[in-house]
Amino acid sequence: MFLFFLLPILTLAIMSLQSGDFFNGFVFTWNVGNYSRGISLYSEQYLHAIEYGGAATIVALLVAYPAAYWIAFHAGPRKSSYLLAVLLPFFVSFVIRTLSWGVLLADDGPLFGPLKSAQLLPLDFRVLATPVAVTGGLAYTFFPFMLLPVYASLEKIDRGLIESAQDLYANRFEVLRRVIIPLSLPGVFAGVLLTGIPAIADYVNQDLLGGVGTTMVGRVIERQFEVSLNYPLAAALAFVFMLGLLATLLLYQRIFGTEQIMGD
Amino acid sequence: MQNWPVQRGLVEMDAAWDPSDPAGRAARQAPDGDSVVVLEAVVKRFGDVVAVDRLNLKIRRGEFFSMLGPSGCGKTTTLRMIGGFEAPTEGMVRLDGQDVTDLPAYRRNVNTVFQSYGLFPHLNVYDNVAFGLRRHHVPAQEVQRRVTEALDLVSLAGYGKRRRAQLSGGQQQRVALARALVNRPQVLLLDEPLGALDLKLRKQMQLELKRIQKEVGITFIFVTHDQEEAMTISDRIAVMNKGRIEQLGPPEEVYERPATEFVAEFLGASNLLDGVYRGSHDGLGLVELKSGAKIRIPDDPDRRSGQRLRVGVRPEKIHVLPSGTGPTATQNTVAGTLRSAVFAGVSFQYFFQTPEGREMSAFDRNATGGAVARPGEVVRLAWAPEHTFVIPIDQPAAHQQVQGEE
Ligand SMILES: Nc1ncnc2c1ncn2[C@@H]1O[C@H](COP(=O)(O)OP(=O)(O)O)[C@@H](O)[C@H]1O
Ligand SMILES: [Mg+2]
Repeated sequence: MFLFFLLPILTLAIMSLQSGDFFNGFVFTWNVGNYSRGISLYSEQYLHAIEYGGAATIVALLVAYPAAYWIAFHAGPRKSSYLLAVLLPFFVSFVIRTLSWGVLLADDGPLFGPLKSAQLLPLDFRVLATPVAVTGGLAYTFFPFMLLPVYASLEKIDRGLIESAQDLYANRFEVLRRVIIPLSLPGVFAGVLLTGIPAIADYVNQDLLGGVGTTMVGRVIERQFEVSLNYPLAAALAFVFMLGLLATLLLYQRIFGTEQIMGD
Repeated sequence: MQNWPVQRGLVEMDAAWDPSDPAGRAARQAPDGDSVVVLEAVVKRFGDVVAVDRLNLKIRRGEFFSMLGPSGCGKTTTLRMIGGFEAPTEGMVRLDGQDVTDLPAYRRNVNTVFQSYGLFPHLNVYDNVAFGLRRHHVPAQEVQRRVTEALDLVSLAGYGKRRRAQLSGGQQQRVALARALVNRPQVLLLDEPLGALDLKLRKQMQLELKRIQKEVGITFIFVTHDQEEAMTISDRIAVMNKGRIEQLGPPEEVYERPATEFVAEFLGASNLLDGVYRGSHDGLGLVELKSGAKIRIPDDPDRRSGQRLRVGVRPEKIHVLPSGTGPTATQNTVAGTLRSAVFAGVSFQYFFQTPEGREMSAFDRNATGGAVARPGEVVRLAWAPEHTFVIPIDQPAAHQQVQGEE
């Protein structure tokens, strides 16, 4: 715990309060300016991260839940084959997957090119480099992290409880609403965390599918570290990001309760 | 344990939907008269397995009806077809005179206490019990009143806030019962509801179930593989075997006069002897055993002289007469060599061998503080003619293999 969690965080915290530059060395000076500068410069990118990451999580949930529901309850004895079929694309490296989405969605790519020349789409129609592309990419990238916990929680539901509900006059919709959904919430919560956290922090999707206007804070941090070599600023940005995430998690837990997250 | 005002309350409310209440019900009842559940030639097949085999069954309004049989004989499947969880392959299910064969479970006025109780883990006891009422949009105030009454009825007043994880098995069972009864269904189905309880609790719940059934007046259909339980609790028992009903009747009848060898063996130990019918004498039938001994049996005008019969007697009906005693005038007697005597405190269980080489057993009250005979001694086994039951020998092979309990 100390070695792999507290130590890196402590290092990051110290680094975020340093000043100086890469070539002349950094010194610790309680330089809180890193924080104010970071937030004022990149507030828009923070917002993008929350917007795209949040939207992607919702999209992933809306697609994963019905899919998981169908596999768990209506796929018969071949459940695992269906599950595997849904997850198969994700065995390919996600960089390659995202790149191919980029190719597919390009303005004159195989999808829109023909539609445009057939005048079915306006010439300035585009998906690539828009928030839609980034959100879609994120939702797609982290889809398994939503599908699997949701599926696991649905699969775990005692089939007898569904019969109990039917016995007590619940029709299909009410069975779903009163029994299946409540009992699958632990999986939904887990899925939202597992999808949401990496989606918000992601910097690959917006790089490959987004444009100048869709930069997310994860990308900024990466750039500050790798290109600008401004370690203190990068550390400060990352720290703000982490604290924000932590606060959200605590709030999340407050609202829904550990009991819900942990299950019965 | 139970406070009376609540009990009366429930009974009073029951009057509102009592079948004897005239309002509009008479017309619907008419086709099946007294019967609230009717199965007509119901067949259920799972692939090659015939789980229920052309079953005909009429269950009377307000009775405590049991289906008794070994594991796999089709009890659960039959119950599930009444509840609407399984569609019959053939045949018809009627509820209160109405064909419900194709009606889904949630639209049948029938509730079930499942073997595993099926309490919702995400709801507390109160919300579990209120579940059915809320699906029927019963006003909140009435929900509260009825849930409270139902919890009182099963002696769980004040448990409303608890969750499933905070209840013992017996308490879960009661919640399941309250959750079903609160809806005042036409029929309550119970699938081995006491199976998971320990013996003491089980006995206690049997009596309580019986009390509750009397109190609410709802028809109970109870499934069990425990013959003692079925006999303790039921008004009538259907003994099932291989998807069919072997015998249906009040507990005393199926126990004292089993109609088939299967029923005789399943409801308790029995001694069976083969013989030939030799006509009637003094109002009793005469059966000649292979050894030449004559046995008197309750007579039946349909029997023909020379017909082969199998006669039986329960071990506890047999008195063991000490060696040297001859045949008696009023009782059936057969000779037997004592093989072993097992001491069980209040009684002895004796095992004998008859001259034909058949095993017979007898329970005798431990009246003299010792066994009546020593192993190897020849004694007389005596019992009253009216305690003899008769099983037709149709297909001797059919029931050869006696199935044990689950
Ligand atoms: N869903 C099912 N699929 C296949 N066979 C089943 C199913 N349900 C019951 N059976 C079979 O039907 C027969 C009767 O089962 P069941 O009604 O559960 O018996 P019981 O309740 O008397 O133990 C058994 O042979 C059982 O294996
Ligand atoms: Mg069963």
